[in-house]
Amino acid sequence: MPEAFTAALQLVTSGDPELTRIVVLSLRVTLSALLIASLIGLPLGAFIAITRFPGRPAIVVLLNTFMGFPPVVAGLLIYLLLSRSGPLGALGLLFTPGAMIVAQTVLILPIVASLTRQVVEDLWVDYEEQLRSLGSSRLRAIPTLLWDGRYSLLTALLAGFGRASAEVGAVMIVGGNIAGYTRTMTTAIALETSKGDLALALALGAILLALTLALNAGAFGTARLAQRVGG
Amino acid sequence: MRGPLSILPLRCRSVGLNVRGRDLLKDVTADLMPGVPSMIMGPNGAGKSLFLRICHGLLQPTSGSVEWSGPAGRAQAMVLQRPVLLRRSARANVIHALALAGAPRSERGARADAALERFGLGAIAARPARLLSGGEQQRLAIARAWALNPQVLFLDEPTSALDPSGTRAVEEMITVIAREGVKIVMATHDLGQARRLAGEVLFFHGGRLREQTPAPAFFEKPQTPEAAAFLNGDLLW
Repeated sequence: MPEAFTAALQLVTSGDPELTRIVVLSLRVTLSALLIASLIGLPLGAFIAITRFPGRPAIVVLLNTFMGFPPVVAGLLIYLLLSRSGPLGALGLLFTPGAMIVAQTVLILPIVASLTRQVVEDLWVDYEEQLRSLGSSRLRAIPTLLWDGRYSLLTALLAGFGRASAEVGAVMIVGGNIAGYTRTMTTAIALETSKGDLALALALGAILLALTLALNAGAFGTARLAQRVGG
Repeated sequence: MRGPLSILPLRCRSVGLNVRGRDLLKDVTADLMPGVPSMIMGPNGAGKSLFLRICHGLLQPTSGSVEWSGPAGRAQAMVLQRPVLLRRSARANVIHALALAGAPRSERGARADAALERFGLGAIAARPARLLSGGEQQRLAIARAWALNPQVLFLDEPTSALDPSGTRAVEEMITVIAREGVKIVMATHDLGQARRLAGEVLFFHGGRLREQTPAPAFFEKPQTPEAAAFLNGDLLW
């Protein structure tokens, strides 16, 4: 066991190219998924928060349910969609980083949208009369509310990032864990552990934790600072 | 009077607001004429705030009608009891309001600066609105409403949360705005303030308009016993 830790440390400090490639791909996939999920989830969550339409309660419940969607099931469904004979098979996405981005986007979109809905709904209670008084339509209020809720919404984005970066089942199924192409930190950890290469697995685990910690600390610090300076 | 066409008088006819079987406002008939400030007075729960919000258009009456004499959409503004300022600079708050009011993009900056300068808020233009003092926030909210060039300005207890110096600053603002020809319609339960600002008084009690009287006459000799008791400082229920 101690040898494994030493080897892991060596791998991290030596800048092993294989390791670097895995880390970069993981970040690329997760951040792309987060970006796409945010572009859709933020306005969607805000829209659901401030509009009333038939079927809205069902959509709210559905979104909350999908927050806990089992990744392997999501992976399986996306696999079926993207497989050669599936409806989206012509895109040729299966077993590419693109497929993994799709899978993670599907997994975290409900989280981003649902948490956004919560934040914006609370904000709307305070803002509704003022914005209506100033002549704002509900649609026009969406960017205003998203901007004013930015510090709270950061938590929604971090939750999405956390879910995406920690996830293994879905990217394993739709990415295929192909060395040098679709191997991410989580799929590599699973593989190396089962092969008995604990050093690489540990190194990857440490990096994953450190990255997540750094990102959360950075986001938290930035938000605190911005709130102090900018209200 | 600003703007080509006056939207006044505002005619309220038998205005009622019934919420879950309770009459919060009942049978309110009043004309708000151009000219001197109208103070909406009465004890808590009298319906002052609801009346203002119905006139402003935030609430729909469940009976009766509220009619402006001209297209009033952009020509009347309101300062809510607890105005919400956005998490951005003071100046950006005014610009946001101007944008919502449809002001051309090229004019917004200059108009926002003019509004802030007009009321001595130029120095705080770049400060985050949420970090201003209570008094500054209230003055900013009033400047924001003024920047929209309203003919009528509704204010709902604008000094209820302020200390004496903040109150004085806000009253000065209101006096200046009234002198420009903007019709002030303001709810207050502060008798001293009403004496200082009122041209006429609309006294509400129990959801009904009990009297609408020129200010000197109201404070000299109110027409209803409820108003007399209110002026005496007796509790009204």
